[in-house]
Amino acid sequence: MIPHAPADLGAALLESMVRIRKVEEAIAAHYPEQKMRCPVHLSIGQEAASAGVCAALRPDDLAMSGHRSHAHYLGKGGNLNAMIAEIYGKETGCCHGRGGSMHLVDLAAGFVGAVPIVGSTIPIATGLAFADRQLKRDRVTVAFLGEAATEEGVFHESVNFASLHKLPIVFVCENNLYSVYSPMSVRQPAHREVWQLAAGHGVTAHQGDGNDPLAVYELARASVAQARSGQGPVFLELKTYRWREHCGAGFDNHIGYRTEAEYQSWRERDPIATFERRLQAAGTFDAARFAQFNARLDAEIAQAFAEADHAPFPAATTLMNHVYAAS
Amino acid sequence: MNAATTRELSYAEAIREGFAVALERDPRVLLMGLGVPDPKGFFGTTLDLQKQFGPDRVMDMPCAEAGMSGVMLGAALNGLRPVINHQRLDFALLAMDPMCTQAAKWSYMFGGAMKMPVVFRMILGRGWGQGPQHSQCLHSWFAHIPGLKVVMPTTPHDAKGLLIAAIEDDNPVVFIEHRWLHHIKGPVPTGHYTTPIGPARLARAGSDVTIVAFSYMVLEALEAAEKLAREGIDAEVIDVRCLRPLETSLLMDSLRKTGRLVVADTGHSTAGMAAEIIALASESAFDSLKTAPRRVCFPECPTPTSPPLSAAYYPRSGHIVAAVRASLGQPANPADLALPAGVELDKPNPAFTGPF
Ligand SMILES: Cc1ncc(C[n+]2csc(CCOP(=O)(O)OP(=O)(O)O)c2C)c(N)n1
Repeated sequence: MIPHAPADLGAALLESMVRIRKVEEAIAAHYPEQKMRCPVHLSIGQEAASAGVCAALRPDDLAMSGHRSHAHYLGKGGNLNAMIAEIYGKETGCCHGRGGSMHLVDLAAGFVGAVPIVGSTIPIATGLAFADRQLKRDRVTVAFLGEAATEEGVFHESVNFASLHKLPIVFVCENNLYSVYSPMSVRQPAHREVWQLAAGHGVTAHQGDGNDPLAVYELARASVAQARSGQGPVFLELKTYRWREHCGAGFDNHIGYRTEAEYQSWRERDPIATFERRLQAAGTFDAARFAQFNARLDAEIAQAFAEADHAPFPAATTLMNHVYAAS
Repeated sequence: MNAATTRELSYAEAIREGFAVALERDPRVLLMGLGVPDPKGFFGTTLDLQKQFGPDRVMDMPCAEAGMSGVMLGAALNGLRPVINHQRLDFALLAMDPMCTQAAKWSYMFGGAMKMPVVFRMILGRGWGQGPQHSQCLHSWFAHIPGLKVVMPTTPHDAKGLLIAAIEDDNPVVFIEHRWLHHIKGPVPTGHYTTPIGPARLARAGSDVTIVAFSYMVLEALEAAEKLAREGIDAEVIDVRCLRPLETSLLMDSLRKTGRLVVADTGHSTAGMAAEIIALASESAFDSLKTAPRRVCFPECPTPTSPPLSAAYYPRSGHIVAAVRASLGQPANPADLALPAGVELDKPNPAFTGPF
């Protein structure tokens, strides 16, 4: 977890982003081995959102997400080994192989679940916040979503309800401009910004640079404080960009739905390289700490993949387990 | 138009051609759906149609299944003939109200004052870890609703013919494709033709047992019939093709001949289409049945993602063979269910390597 000490914050944000990226790059590198037999949606390029938001949360705060959730799961402190094992379909996975990459859970870390039906966890996350409010717990819930989810009816129904009841929830929308291969222009009117949708429901709404982890952190800190204090929900639109293909490990610029120039302009705004340069310029980049962190991280990731690869698959005899909760 | 010539097309190509024919013939036809004009062309089924017919007739949409379905109902009432496309049946479930509570009732509840010519097209996912929320086979839900027509073509010929029939029908039609059919090739006539919505198709004639199957399971049933033929058992295979209206004459004729029934559905057994077929057979041909009918369906649990679990999940030709043996009173043969070496049950087609 990321400590809140400001002196440590920069390094912590950088490390959080690097961890997410390296894990996802390892997924991409191993994916062609055909051992991870499920769709994967990578967040490479979008790491600042998860790192910045999760740094502003307490460990007991809750989060939910959708199909592109590795970053959110890891940012919230989800168990890496259990995530990789899940993608490998193993019994040691966080869903015991029932879910795969699109279904992640780690209740110990407050990550209540991610599922791939677009928008479907937004009302559920709202319900988490509703229960906390009813039961007088001072916990905040974060609902991670993509901008396409704001097109679904449940988004509006949930934000309206959260606004009505001043629920302790922060809706974090990563606007990466595409829904699969469909650009904003075929889905939303020009000149209307996504954050304005939420503002229309009477909630505090902000737009921020989703590639700047510190800016995200500052926005998230204020939002979480507002939500926790009973002043109602906040919506954050974070502008960012997905580097790799919508689903899978490769790149998909060649199929022609986005321009190389657009892609390159976002690559230049790499949230990690930019932030590292910034820490260096500010004189707060601790090269020795970073080198040590990288070495630990590489070992941690290698270990997670090796364990997942060698872990047992669920036995076919357990097919019918968990259909109903054991009571 | 010249007499149609027939050539081999894949199921996906047949769908694409069906759309092109329908768009060409009737300016009121409209295709809408997430990714319909994108570079991947909806598993290749809508490739380049936007280039050919323009963005007003072949269009993407916001990620808003319920709202867009409702909007298209109004468009259908007011002169258009829309087709709403869903890459997974699971996404269509967000639109159950417009489909089942609105579209299905419209003609009846207004005493025939209006028509609702709309097609809800959806693809059943399967394989490569599609898992619990990307591979539900809930065709039976739609078949339960009076006022909807529900078709599930198996062959490229029927895919094109039923698609055009669905678009030309004045009622809401649910058109369901199984992902594992898209690469299958078969003879398809050029130009315009329709396959009538209602009658089943005789996929293979036989005299010892009737295997009734749905969608992709027809291919497994035909494979089962071949295996059985090697043992001297002559199976008849019926491709149901249309779930509602469900015409049973072919089934009843077959049962009167064979007296034995095995139903293979790509879905769960409880309250599903296989149960419906067996109920109809019991009501109408009870005297012809020599033994209890059997079902080959999904287990009563959601689809797991892990490869070995999904291998244990999906029934195959061997399960159908085993059910036929049981209906003939033969002892079980464990070899039926053995998985041949090298067979990968989570790939929708031989060329597939992921990711979705
Ligand atoms: C209800 C529903 N409709 C359609 C889909 C197919 N789908 C999967 S991901 C996706 C794009 C979502 O875009 P966005 O919310 O912006 O997230 P991003 O993928 O860009 O991170 C779509 C449409 C789905 N999973 N669920």
